[in-house]
Amino acid sequence: MKTNTMPGRALRKNRILGLTSENWWLLALTLPGLIYFFIWHYLPMFGLVIAFKDYTYDAGIFGSEWVGFDNFKFFFTSNDAWRITRNTVAYAAVFIVLTAVLGALVAILLNEVKSRAATKAYQTIMILPDFLSWVIVGFITYIFLNPAEGVLNQVLAMFGVEGIDWYINPNYWPYILTFVNMWKTIGMTSIMYYAALLGADQQLYEAATIDGANGLQKCWHISVPALVPLMTTLSILAVGRIFRGDFGLFYQIPRDVGALYPTTDVIDTYVYRGLRQGDMGITSAVGFFQSFVGVILVVVTNMIVKKIDPDNALF
Amino acid sequence: MRKKFFNYRLIINLFFILMCVTFIVPMLYVISISFSSNASIDASGYSLIPTEWSLDAYRYVFRNPEQVLNSYKTTIFASVVGSFLSVFVMALMAYPLSRPNFVFKKPITFFVFFTMLFGGGLIPSYILNTQYLGLANSIWIYILPGLASAWHIIIIRTFFQQLPPALVEAAKIDGAREMRVFFTIILPLSKPVLASVLFMMLTAKWNDWQTSLIYIRDETLYTLQYTLQKVLNEVEFLKNLAKSGEFNVTINADVPTEPMRFALVIVAAGPMLVVFPFFQKYFSKGLTVGAVKG
Repeated sequence: MKTNTMPGRALRKNRILGLTSENWWLLALTLPGLIYFFIWHYLPMFGLVIAFKDYTYDAGIFGSEWVGFDNFKFFFTSNDAWRITRNTVAYAAVFIVLTAVLGALVAILLNEVKSRAATKAYQTIMILPDFLSWVIVGFITYIFLNPAEGVLNQVLAMFGVEGIDWYINPNYWPYILTFVNMWKTIGMTSIMYYAALLGADQQLYEAATIDGANGLQKCWHISVPALVPLMTTLSILAVGRIFRGDFGLFYQIPRDVGALYPTTDVIDTYVYRGLRQGDMGITSAVGFFQSFVGVILVVVTNMIVKKIDPDNALF
Repeated sequence: MRKKFFNYRLIINLFFILMCVTFIVPMLYVISISFSSNASIDASGYSLIPTEWSLDAYRYVFRNPEQVLNSYKTTIFASVVGSFLSVFVMALMAYPLSRPNFVFKKPITFFVFFTMLFGGGLIPSYILNTQYLGLANSIWIYILPGLASAWHIIIIRTFFQQLPPALVEAAKIDGAREMRVFFTIILPLSKPVLASVLFMMLTAKWNDWQTSLIYIRDETLYTLQYTLQKVLNEVEFLKNLAKSGEFNVTINADVPTEPMRFALVIVAAGPMLVVFPFFQKYFSKGLTVGAVKG
């Protein structure tokens, strides 16, 4: 230790290019991260120019011909545009509402379970699906929906109802996908909300009990307000992703079956298929549209939240 | 009064028990199917308890375990090396952003945060990784493009900010440089948050199949989950797995395709499902999202 050099003062004096050595060191620490974000996040943003080009692999990004807004025109005049936008937004909207409401509800109920052993057991089991990949959840859905051997058709048969070919009929899929998504995410969400509840001031509950509040009143006046900040944060973030469907859910669960596209195709699955077919220009136009609307949505939501309650705004 | 109280607790517990059943029953089905004979599944469908027990599926899986072993290797490398490297890089970056007197704090925070709002999307990234960086069919595709995330950096930074500033000050009066402060004071004190982020990354990377789907053609570099996906969707791929290594002949009719699929799920996902829940405390600890703001 160099206690004799009074480094505190020395640091402030030794400036290189106007920066203290402390700041140079700190800057050096951020360097790997800066390089990473530049290459893998900012370069692709510039790569979005191919949305305005007729991209071919041979010509590359710089050599490909400019086509202006042709790619956007082609996409927005196709039938796909409405279908995938509607599906993406509708599923996301339903998921956001259900996640917030059911997550909070389950958390509040979990808070009412007073046995520690039971709470712990429920939490451990509820969190299980979160450790499963969408591939495995795909297997599980298949166990239930397989038309020949599936469990659901066995149950229908018990009631004398003829089995349904689930993987052909798109009408059932909004319900199936919503159920599967909630099944996978509800445990984790409610445990997050539960953690927020535990962080709420326990004295409030005691005071309310002394004042004679019943369970419902305590829940509405203490638990719900305790959860609102977290619900807002998570919802703003979710709104920002409203244009980004969970690729795993929409690709693995309907198993990429063409007959189901009317109700299962979202922007992300569409973009993936575009990549496979090599329609780079049009597909990145779709990607551009997706990112652009995403930014606007998150900024607007945040503005609205800021108006209502500045403390809950994200930035 | 007392009786009513009892009932309401009972109903809540019943609700949770029911909920837990919906999480456990599917797993029981997976196990049961993997131990069933192919014929019994053809005859009576999937059942919760095998109507006819058989170990054939596992015999076929282990007859030619090469693909599964390769996938294990790839997945373990990608998730362990990838996660540790990520957490290290993110902690390095989060530390200066937590220091009030770092002059570039604001612009760099914005530089990082902006990537949460806007991105180029799949196609430009794909072109970058395959045409310019040569990451297609390479193990590094699992590690480099996902090295850091703005969200995790903000979580770590928020934790660093909550450490008493006096610690850093004291160390600096003793003459410690930023590097030493970071490695000997900040990192050891931040184990809870680093463990949480590390664990989240491990799970995400362990469950990754999209990277293989998009970038990998070489079967030896498939992740476990992608191998599973191929097994579920492509009977040919499954039958290739069942090929005897020595004779290399396809045994067509005999392959117990259905049970084998599910036996592979057990072999690929079972060990982790047993291990991961023990680490669940890292999720709720230090990760209350409310602490993320700022």
